[in-house]
Amino acid sequence: MFEAPGVPRPHYQALFQTLLGLPPEDMRKSQQAADLSFLHQGITFTVYGNEEGTERVFPNDLLPRIIPHQEWRKIENGLTQRIAALNLFLEDIYHRGRILADGIVPRELVYSCRHFRREMRGLTVPRGIYVSVCGTDLVRLPNGSFAVLEDNLRVPSGVSYMLANRKVLQKVFPTLFRDYGVCPVDHYAQALLATLRALSPASSSTRHEPTVVLLTPGVFNSAYFEHTFLAQQMGIELVEGRDLLVHDNVVYMRTTAGLRRVDVIYRRVDDDFLDPLCFRRDSSLGVPGLFNAYRAGNVMLANAIGTGIADDKALYAYVPAIIRYYLGEEPILENVQTYLLTERSQREYVLEHLDELVVKAVGESGGYGMLIGPHSTDEQREEFRQRIQAEPRNYIAQPTLSLSRAPCFLDGEAQARHVDLRPYILYGENVTLVPGGLTRVALRRGSLVVNSSQGGGSKDTWVLRA
Amino acid sequence: MLSRVAESLYWMARYLERAVHTSRLMDVDFQLRLEQSPEASAGRWLRLLEASQAPAPEDGKLDATTLSHILTLDKNNPSSIVSCVAAARENLRQVREQCSTEMWEQLNRMYLQVNGTTATESWQLNSYVFFRAVREGAQLFYGITDSTMAHGEGWRYIQLGRFVERTDALARLIGTHYTWLHSSPDQAVESEEYLEWVGLLKSCAAFEAYCKTYTAELRPLRVAEFLLLNPTFPHSVRFSVDHVQSSLTAIGELTDRKAEQAVRLAGRLSAMLSFSQIDEIMASGANAFVDSIRWQCAQIHNSIHQIYFDYPVEAALVA
Repeated sequence: MFEAPGVPRPHYQALFQTLLGLPPEDMRKSQQAADLSFLHQGITFTVYGNEEGTERVFPNDLLPRIIPHQEWRKIENGLTQRIAALNLFLEDIYHRGRILADGIVPRELVYSCRHFRREMRGLTVPRGIYVSVCGTDLVRLPNGSFAVLEDNLRVPSGVSYMLANRKVLQKVFPTLFRDYGVCPVDHYAQALLATLRALSPASSSTRHEPTVVLLTPGVFNSAYFEHTFLAQQMGIELVEGRDLLVHDNVVYMRTTAGLRRVDVIYRRVDDDFLDPLCFRRDSSLGVPGLFNAYRAGNVMLANAIGTGIADDKALYAYVPAIIRYYLGEEPILENVQTYLLTERSQREYVLEHLDELVVKAVGESGGYGMLIGPHSTDEQREEFRQRIQAEPRNYIAQPTLSLSRAPCFLDGEAQARHVDLRPYILYGENVTLVPGGLTRVALRRGSLVVNSSQGGGSKDTWVLRA
Repeated sequence: MLSRVAESLYWMARYLERAVHTSRLMDVDFQLRLEQSPEASAGRWLRLLEASQAPAPEDGKLDATTLSHILTLDKNNPSSIVSCVAAARENLRQVREQCSTEMWEQLNRMYLQVNGTTATESWQLNSYVFFRAVREGAQLFYGITDSTMAHGEGWRYIQLGRFVERTDALARLIGTHYTWLHSSPDQAVESEEYLEWVGLLKSCAAFEAYCKTYTAELRPLRVAEFLLLNPTFPHSVRFSVDHVQSSLTAIGELTDRKAEQAVRLAGRLSAMLSFSQIDEIMASGANAFVDSIRWQCAQIHNSIHQIYFDYPVEAALVA
């Protein structure tokens, strides 16, 4: 927020002025009103492995994060480029595998990935779109430019908080909205529905308007609030696995008026649990026979199965090369420097510098399975050292980033906390980004982990008009 | 509409109605206790437990504190007020994209309020505030529902659940009452039983409405006629069954399942209540009549379940 101590960046000036003018008591009241509104709306998430009070309000911070138009244009172009390249990559590795034959990406890296699905080999998806909904985590580097920290290509969540935060802020700071010229984000649900409809199988368009449903793991999933919210905003049915059944490779849902055919499933269930006949047998969240119906082209899934290979944290290091290979362009958004532990020299460097680096398990997300070097104990480092030596393919290392900080209203005053940014990208007939995203905040002082499951919160993100 | 969604809406309404019914019973009990001898109250507590199908306390000792705990705040009793409100809220939470935001917020607020209540001494003294909050919270919820939700299929399942539950709860309450009390049917009730009859009417929110119809002279036969057969009073069995029938007819038309069993069963029960004479009912025993109502109500419930919620897939594929 600040250029130099006490000197706010130009686009924060008005916000800063308004805040200085407000008595702290007013701010506290606004914060309480906002918190209560979240509680009453039941905007909560579920924490795993915690018996008591498993339903928690997602902490919201009142002070918005502001992104000038120019910076947003760059983010938009960079992410559009990235999703196009990653889709081409997925199509390639599940078909001819040119990029592997040309030696750009090592074959063993792809085949050893837990999220690579042999079942998808040779299966053609409509428009060649594997990833239609994507949430990419960006961080601001010390030089001020944004870089990609992680691609989330499986079932990215959080978009409902982006929309809910906006609603609350509009109530709290109506005049600031008027003065600032903030780009709206409300059309996200409509854009998502259009994206999903664009995927419907050719056969359905002659029959009727495609039936789109949202498949949720159920009320105990951490993102259940979001599933209900999106289904409601799009006006589509929210289904669980037990509501669907497959007969003759056609998917139906069980309604009070009998069975109804389903054309597109926006699934918020992981690959592993989608179809007990094909993937994990003990899954009761999925629909037996779903994969066969998918293969037969009678139903479409968003995102496709097997997209997790492209957000594998080790493969991430190759994304710039992937962009150059398929698009012949230079990547617009940088990557964060990443050490591959399968490479001997890099591994040795990492093992010597564990106290400076962040080590992440490649297949994990949500802030689980991480070692943050500077904040770790000797035992933790020793544990990771052994794990890395046992399975180098399972880990990567990155420098500890000094994530940029933004002011948050905590304990009655503005305090700086680390933040990241997750914009949401939709890819149907064309690529759509709603101007904004989820800014996640590490609410604990000094903490670098922003995940909601690890004590993170969020704040509204304002993209300014040109 | 998804079968699972319909079932959740139906059960949400049943649980909420149960919570309101119990809170009315407890409120009346609280008032009567102030005017009655301890022995008279003890008899009523047993009836209350029976009518609420709640478990008797383990040590067999029943007093006002134990009873009100079992029926209001006890989370181990699935039919206590707190459990019912939590269950209603959980059902709505699972289908919250189907209801309006206002509905969800109201029920969620009510849940947070009820769930945050603890049984302290001052709570015992002021528990009528709690009971009143439950009733008014539910009434607000129904008002919001009627004015913010489309009166389509989902709304019909809410109506259905609400009136199936009311039919059953009223029948159960009337049944226990007529088993235990012995004033002769067609005379003004004996003075030592007077409060109990007022209590029965108040438990059905019916005291004032009864007085308007029959004057303040309470006769068991008239009370039974009013609570069982009155076509216009919302807490009479006949009124409830009529609403069950009209909801089922509407759902049958919306889903193209007009001639199914559930509609016919509801029609039969409605006809029985429309054409019965109260003196005949009393002559052959109010209990037998009430048992028949409850049995038919259970049949209606089962048939709703089989037709709309959990039908065999083979049958649906043939059609």
